[in-house]
Amino acid sequence: MDSIISTFTSGTRLRDMIRAIRACKTAAEERAVVRKECAAIRASINENDQEERHRNLAKLMFIHMLGYPTHFGQMECLKLIASSGFPEKRIGYLGLMLLLDERQEVLMLVTNSLKQDLNHMNPYIVGLALCALGNICSAEMARDLAPEVERLLQFRDPNIRKKAALCSIRIIKKVPDLAENFINPTASLLKEKHHGVLITGIQLCTDLCKLCPEALEYFRKKCTEVLVKTLRDVVNSPYTPEYDIGGITDPFLHIRLLRLLRVLGQGDTDASDCMNDILAQVASKTESNKNAGNAILYECVETIMSIEDNGGLRVLAINILGRFLSNRDNNIRYVALNMLMKAISVDSQAVQRHRTTILECVKDTDASIRKRALELVYLLMNETNVEPLTKELIEYLEVSDQEFKGDLTAKICSIVEKFSPNKIWYIDQMLKVLSEAGNFVKDEVCHALIVVISNAADLHGYTVRALYRLFQASPEQESLVRVAVWCIGEYGDLLISNIGMLDIEDPLTVTESDAVDVVEIAMKRHSSDLTTKAMTLIALLKLSSRFPSCSERIREIIVQHKGNFVLELQQRSIEFNSILDKHKNIRSALVERMPVLDEATFSGRKSSSVPTTVSTSATSLKAPNGTVKPAAPLVDLLDLSSDDVPAPSSSGFDFLQDLLGVDMAPSSAPSNPNQATKTRADALLDLLSIGSSPLQNSPSSIDIISLSQEKPPPVVALDGLPSPSPAPSRAASQPTVGPILDLLDGLSSHLPAPENNRTSPAYPSIVAFESSNLRINFSFSKTDGNPQSTEVKATFSNLSQNVYTDFIFQAAVPKFLQLHLDPASSNTLPAGGADSVKQTLNITNTQHGKKSLVMRIRVAYKVNGKDMLEEGQISHFPRGL
Amino acid sequence: MIHFVLLVSRQGKVRLTKWYSPYSQKERTKVIRELTGLILTRGLKLCNFVEWRGYKVVYKRYASLYFCMCIDQDDNELEVLEIIHHYVETLDRYFGSVCELDLIFNFHKAYYILDELLLAGELQEPSKKIVARLIAGQDSLVEAAKEEANSISNIIAQATK
Repeated sequence: MDSIISTFTSGTRLRDMIRAIRACKTAAEERAVVRKECAAIRASINENDQEERHRNLAKLMFIHMLGYPTHFGQMECLKLIASSGFPEKRIGYLGLMLLLDERQEVLMLVTNSLKQDLNHMNPYIVGLALCALGNICSAEMARDLAPEVERLLQFRDPNIRKKAALCSIRIIKKVPDLAENFINPTASLLKEKHHGVLITGIQLCTDLCKLCPEALEYFRKKCTEVLVKTLRDVVNSPYTPEYDIGGITDPFLHIRLLRLLRVLGQGDTDASDCMNDILAQVASKTESNKNAGNAILYECVETIMSIEDNGGLRVLAINILGRFLSNRDNNIRYVALNMLMKAISVDSQAVQRHRTTILECVKDTDASIRKRALELVYLLMNETNVEPLTKELIEYLEVSDQEFKGDLTAKICSIVEKFSPNKIWYIDQMLKVLSEAGNFVKDEVCHALIVVISNAADLHGYTVRALYRLFQASPEQESLVRVAVWCIGEYGDLLISNIGMLDIEDPLTVTESDAVDVVEIAMKRHSSDLTTKAMTLIALLKLSSRFPSCSERIREIIVQHKGNFVLELQQRSIEFNSILDKHKNIRSALVERMPVLDEATFSGRKSSSVPTTVSTSATSLKAPNGTVKPAAPLVDLLDLSSDDVPAPSSSGFDFLQDLLGVDMAPSSAPSNPNQATKTRADALLDLLSIGSSPLQNSPSSIDIISLSQEKPPPVVALDGLPSPSPAPSRAASQPTVGPILDLLDGLSSHLPAPENNRTSPAYPSIVAFESSNLRINFSFSKTDGNPQSTEVKATFSNLSQNVYTDFIFQAAVPKFLQLHLDPASSNTLPAGGADSVKQTLNITNTQHGKKSLVMRIRVAYKVNGKDMLEEGQISHFPRGL
Repeated sequence: MIHFVLLVSRQGKVRLTKWYSPYSQKERTKVIRELTGLILTRGLKLCNFVEWRGYKVVYKRYASLYFCMCIDQDDNELEVLEIIHHYVETLDRYFGSVCELDLIFNFHKAYYILDELLLAGELQEPSKKIVARLIAGQDSLVEAAKEEANSISNIIAQATK
């Protein structure tokens, strides 16, 4: 036909177009050819050329496959479908299925043609319509055309019946209410002899049972025996070449029957009993040397595992899986692992027997198999086998592919944390992981490790010495470096003195300057990131007091960072230098060993899944005078410069965390807020103990605190710290006696800090927006039990001398946030009025813990009748909102 | 359920796509790009299954062509391999030792055959013979229509002379 048409028209033939496209050497050439063809097709469509339509669509389909837009051809499909001839309809339906999907409005237009074709005299045309309906129908079309399809389930031609059956599956999936109508016609399909009809009927029956409990009940009662008999007939049938698939007669039918029996047998002892014999027969008689046979066995095993218990059958099934697992074919091994995951809930002992083989699979070259096996090993772990299994996994970590290391590391860490029998084992395993794959270890895992180390007082020396050795061996693993630096900072003295030597350790001689070397190397490494570098500075500060002989050298190293471009490092360097220079008397107390970190708090906080990392940047705040200065109240606390009093921000607390070397976000676990605050109090107490040295020589932090605070408990003091009206800011305004006394004084004099913040974590308020005319403050509160939502109280201050009228505040947020604005308390801002208008915003962060808040704002108001508009973006919200 | 069928050449050229679950045009392009990247790079001896976005993709290479089918987590991967082979054998029977070029120039035929094998993401017919018969029946209808058109156009051509 193509050749005939081409004599009449100028368009190229399909074959020629494909040739032209294939001849293109570059993508640009191809685009040019396609553009030309598309232009010709559009022109031809506009001329409404009926002869060309057929070929245009064929070309469009080819162009579509190459990934070019072809929406302009959609209407052509409908026209072809509506024409009377079979060839036109055939290509029209094909185009419909290829170029459109159920979400396009155009599709509705085809409903009428479909209805006509479903009632067509020619069974081939009925087949085309059923095929299109089954592949792309929408819920609306399904509802409209369900009666036609239902009727076709009884059509004389089996090839239509089977299409109608599959089409019905789509219909009941789209509109489950219609399921009931299909129960009776489906039951009669199950008695068919034609394999195509039987297969599709069984499939329909399976889907009906899954969708509709009444159908399940019905088929279980009426059809279980019939289906068991059908399966028996199929299994025992002589070889039929017509249905031969890889040497087995119709494995597809086997598999579908087994699957339906599984649905029927699940949760029903009678039905399960009814099928036991035939399942045993399939499991024992099916040939396992061909893929088709294995496919049947695989399905059979799954059915045995799912139906009601029958011990004998399950043994058979597990044995099949064991055989699969030792098969040389990767596909078979993969499905065996897949099935063992399901079997583990049924019979974990039996799966445990295959542990060694499964462990081998973790080391397979095939990523799909490795992934499955690793998941399975994870499920197999328990207290008794954790030590040998972990040993194997860690050994494998050394040789595994880079891309697999991430998964593997995460799983090992999780296993070690979950099942560790004792602390030394935990620390040993984690150190091994860190030295093998430290770059893949997540921050929170490192923090957990540090908490454990901190709690294992008798292992401090052992750990720090082990880390020292490991650092020498693999200094390229970031996480290892961090943990090593932290431990050397804390327990450096134990490294030198070999205190707490365990029997298993080799003796180690480290001089003080060796220890400082390690930290210096870590700092100068190019690959060290900011957090690591910041940690090294703290470690150095601590070492300067532990190793007086190296003090001068340490000071030199710290001073090198005075001019660092990174604010965080520069600031630390200057501050620490000042501690070393000016405050020698308090230094040793200031850098005392950390108090033990509370494990319960840490795990509690982790379970509340507040992902926090060590802060690496100080938030800048605009001070009222318009200059940008770093806000770090604790810096003020330590009396390091700063005559101005910046409002505290989140970074203040972060700084505290950084100083402590571990992240302790200002969010206590909802489960045990008291403990959480207690640790924070401990942390602060440690800091406060600096005050002890000028007063008395025994730096007992608790004592000094209780000395200086008579009335309120320290917990309150701490809660007050990050809260909107903080102690430190006023502390700095006290008459200065001595920085340290002042510090304690200031704190104690302001201990009646807000009580209302005690239960929910407090977030510092921020200056959200500031211009010469207007300041907007945000303060935050959260309701308990709903970490996602935050209530923001916005207060607006008029900084000018004019009254603002018609004041409107608008805000926009990205999609992952939901924002609700309450009405403002007033729409007039009096001149110079601070915080005169208030407005509440409710924000829900659907990505809580992953993304932080961000907001774009616009403020409109009138000054003396003149419209004013101010816009801004707020992205410095406190963390964890 | 089979969510989609994909035929790609070793060079990553798409030869056939069939979508049984709704994917927008944009998603389709993305899916194809992701999967070709994943599958074409896998070694020959590795297993034929790839886990992808919570689904499994079963693929098999025949000469220069990769046949891929995306299925649910709990579907039978081994069976899908047989379905792929079933399709390939049916194509082979129809074209007579099928090659990639057959599928390029007669891509619509490949679709017609697939439509007789699968419907709504489920297997429709286990017998290659029946599929061949049904396709032949429809082809002959098209031939008949062509001849008719031929004769009419001949008449017109003669009339205009």
